[in-house]
Amino acid sequence: MASLNVGAALPEIWVALSAMVLLLVGAFVGDRAMRLIGLLSMAVMGVAIVVLLGIDVSNTPQLAFGGHFIVDRFAVFAKVLTLIASIAAVWMSFSYAEREGMARFELPLLMLLATFGMMLMVSANDLISLYVGLELQSLALYVTAAIQRDTVRSAEAGLKYFVLGALSSGILLYGASMVYGFVGTVSFAGLSTALGGAMPPSLGLIVGLVFLCAGLAFRISAVPFHMWTPDVYEGAPTPITAFFSAAPKVAAICLFTRVLVDAFGGITPQWQQIIFAISVASMILGAFAAIGQRNIKRLMAYSAIGNAGYALVGLAAGTQQGVSGLLFYMATYVPMTLGSFAVILAMRQKGRMVEEIADLSGLAKSQPWLAHIFAAILFSMAGIPPLVGFFGKWMVFAAAVNQGMFVLAVIGVVTSVVSAYYYVRIVKVMYFDEAVGSFDRVDGSLKFVLAASLAVVVAGILFINPIQSSAIAAASSLFPG
Amino acid sequence: MTNIPHLLTIITFLPLVGAAFIAGIRGEDAHVARNARWVALWTSSAVFLLSLLLWFGFDRTNPGFQFEERAEWIPALNIAYHMGVDGISMPLVLLSTLLTPICVLASWEAIEVRVKEYMIAFLVLETFMVGTFCALDFVAFYVFFEGVLIPMFIIIGVWGGPRRVYSAFKFFLFTLLGSVLLLVAVLTIYDQAGTTDIPTLMSHKFDPHVQIWLWLAFFASFAVKLPMWPVHTWLPDAHVEAPTAGSVILAGVLLKMGGYGFLRFSIPILPDASTTLAPLVFGLSIVAVIYTSLVALAQTDMKKMIAYSSVAHMGFVTAGAFALNRQGVEGAMIQMLSHGIVSSALFLCVGVIYDRLHSREIARYGGLVNNMPRYAFAFMIFMLASVGLPGTSGFIGEFLVMVGVFKASTWVAFLITTGIILSATYMLWLYRRILFGQLEKDDVKAMLDLSPREVAIFVPLILIVLWMGIYPASFTAITGPAVEQMISNYQIAVGPTQPGSIIAPAEAAPAEPPAEPAAPPPAPAAPSGEQ
Repeated sequence: MASLNVGAALPEIWVALSAMVLLLVGAFVGDRAMRLIGLLSMAVMGVAIVVLLGIDVSNTPQLAFGGHFIVDRFAVFAKVLTLIASIAAVWMSFSYAEREGMARFELPLLMLLATFGMMLMVSANDLISLYVGLELQSLALYVTAAIQRDTVRSAEAGLKYFVLGALSSGILLYGASMVYGFVGTVSFAGLSTALGGAMPPSLGLIVGLVFLCAGLAFRISAVPFHMWTPDVYEGAPTPITAFFSAAPKVAAICLFTRVLVDAFGGITPQWQQIIFAISVASMILGAFAAIGQRNIKRLMAYSAIGNAGYALVGLAAGTQQGVSGLLFYMATYVPMTLGSFAVILAMRQKGRMVEEIADLSGLAKSQPWLAHIFAAILFSMAGIPPLVGFFGKWMVFAAAVNQGMFVLAVIGVVTSVVSAYYYVRIVKVMYFDEAVGSFDRVDGSLKFVLAASLAVVVAGILFINPIQSSAIAAASSLFPG
Repeated sequence: MTNIPHLLTIITFLPLVGAAFIAGIRGEDAHVARNARWVALWTSSAVFLLSLLLWFGFDRTNPGFQFEERAEWIPALNIAYHMGVDGISMPLVLLSTLLTPICVLASWEAIEVRVKEYMIAFLVLETFMVGTFCALDFVAFYVFFEGVLIPMFIIIGVWGGPRRVYSAFKFFLFTLLGSVLLLVAVLTIYDQAGTTDIPTLMSHKFDPHVQIWLWLAFFASFAVKLPMWPVHTWLPDAHVEAPTAGSVILAGVLLKMGGYGFLRFSIPILPDASTTLAPLVFGLSIVAVIYTSLVALAQTDMKKMIAYSSVAHMGFVTAGAFALNRQGVEGAMIQMLSHGIVSSALFLCVGVIYDRLHSREIARYGGLVNNMPRYAFAFMIFMLASVGLPGTSGFIGEFLVMVGVFKASTWVAFLITTGIILSATYMLWLYRRILFGQLEKDDVKAMLDLSPREVAIFVPLILIVLWMGIYPASFTAITGPAVEQMISNYQIAVGPTQPGSIIAPAEAAPAEPPAEPAAPPPAPAAPSGEQ
């Protein structure tokens, strides 16, 4: 139990060491090495995936560092998804960074370090390593949000994110300390044992749990802790927003799931209410607040809030089916959101980035393929079959219905109709409106991301079974027995 | 010849192949447009010819599913790709495959911009339509059923009239809102029965209390699609703004998905709730028939008038279906097929003169019989079929529905019969205002009669209308066994005659279903004998 078992953390160690080496390279070569460091970061993360898949977790989870660190099938699933999302985000950032004067070698490095933090989060097995992983990720993210430091918007976004993030970390830490105070342990296994008895949980523990949930809900931008999201999404440089929208969301929601299901599994009904409430609030706010948006990045921010709500429907169910639904949902959400941001990154007229929805007018005529891909992604996000987004919603709502949570399911489907309105409105702008001007040529890396996300969205229907099978396997490791 | 393996899969997905082919066409616009039209026509015709194999290879004595196919899809969730047709779905498949090439032809000259995308949208739409009727797995059904929204939204929004955006959104959001409630119902069914296989679900007994909720969720979806009063308001808008071919598919096939849903899901899977809630359907059907007929009477826009008449005619379908006896359900089936042909043809008729004058105002026309005699003839046939004149398909459907409803409730039958009178009023009046009267306006005088292409569109439709009207037995032979089995299963499921039920005991005692096979010939023969 208390063994070191370094092998389990090999991917993390590899990423950390590589980041150090790349940092040295950057320090010596300077900003011209950005593209090189970026490509190497991608390679490092690619290797990490391979190493990760080599760890044997088929029977029992591997514990490392005296039980602070856990690698199970859940962690592997979440890390692979996170790494893929990060690789795509790093790749999408190069051309933008070079054009917009933010080509600093720190950019890909910070993204790499943030990814390292996410990997730790996903594998956290007690409240201390949870906090360490979360902070490592967050600090890197704060800096990337402000990396375009000569523009006010970016600096403001970074600052806002930092102040609110620090506050949420404080809340989380306070909650963790209360949990420790009332239960006497920080390890998830210990908490699980302590709370597994028939004794009703003490009030102090519940308060601690609420604080913990508040801190984590901030990270996945769930209502009522979502206020930072639209401003940061809009203010941060677009590739960074793309990064924010995918990898950290996956890591944070998986961390959230592990904490609640693993550590607090004994008092599931207590936290179920919290998740239920924030899920409903997120779905409703995400659906209605996005309607009035003109800026597409802000719209995506509200869409992210709504999507966090849908993913939480799976968690609110509190069952293995719910968790596998959540994982499936995230697996489909990541390509959709990255694809959307690839389109947003391609919104460039005469060398200048544009962000208004109206700028997409008539895209179906000027750049048909870009419009077709975006339309497919948007319909998918709206949950229209046969596109893959429908199946994500299917999985989480199935879990809710299974637990008799019809109210949650009905609110979910109705808000999905409301959100369909604003997704489809973009399709309307692209297809029904007259063109105002065409966009510049699309970069190669964006083309690749676009093609990949189109493939997932359209052909995903044929691969539901493998994704769902691995999501089920991943979820089963959180529900022993 | 008729036992081609995977015939249904081929019919369903062949249009997608055509669409992919069209997507690959490059070159200058006129060239692309011409090729896209031809590829679409060839693909949809090939699909139609293949679907004829269903007609000829269909075993008319077998009430169960035929041409069944099953493949693994999501074994982790026990969801499979399961296709098959029975007497209820097979005619609707044929209706879809027949109308698609007709729509392609009807759009030949009317659509001038973005022809390539238009044809792709239609072929994708065909895949979804055929898939909806063939799917024997609830999830697969839902995927096809909902998928229809995407191409239809694009068709209305891109090639529609001036208020196309509003109409496209209204269509999309109305139907989506109905459908997501269906989704919750499907999830509940899946949770309770552990499967989404439709034949298995038909023999699964759901708790009557749960049935009510499931039924209402089904109803939310199918009633919007059908559409029933009061959720029909999207239809006139969508019809008016959609291009002619879009209206044809809407009226011809999309509305049938709602009726098909009632016959395939609501009644067989939820028999108790269907019994309990049949009065609700009757009530709404009566309002639909009378109210929308009166509304149709007041329209000045041709397409809007036909759209309202569609709502009224679909009111017959729901009333017949929830009469829950053989004649009623069979009448509903025939009425759906008839309406699919007739209202499509009426929209095509409107399209013909709209293409020439670009106006849908009834008052803009008049006296067309003088310069467009062939058109007047075609329009007359469809107008009379819509009115329900004996010898046309409309009569058979309405008559059978009447018989079925009369058995269930005299008052309901009495009230919906007024719809027949009203439909005669507005259709004949429409015909008089457009075709008869003085030929005064110069631009109307200059209108040319049907071109050979348009004749080619109308001839098959006229033949089918007359065929269904004069010898409906070819159609009832297909629908009969399936309907009969459905009704006998239903009667077994709800038990012997329920005292509180509004359904009067049928003369064929439910206790001895084997006695019923003697019944089929008289029912279809009766109307045809009256001519």
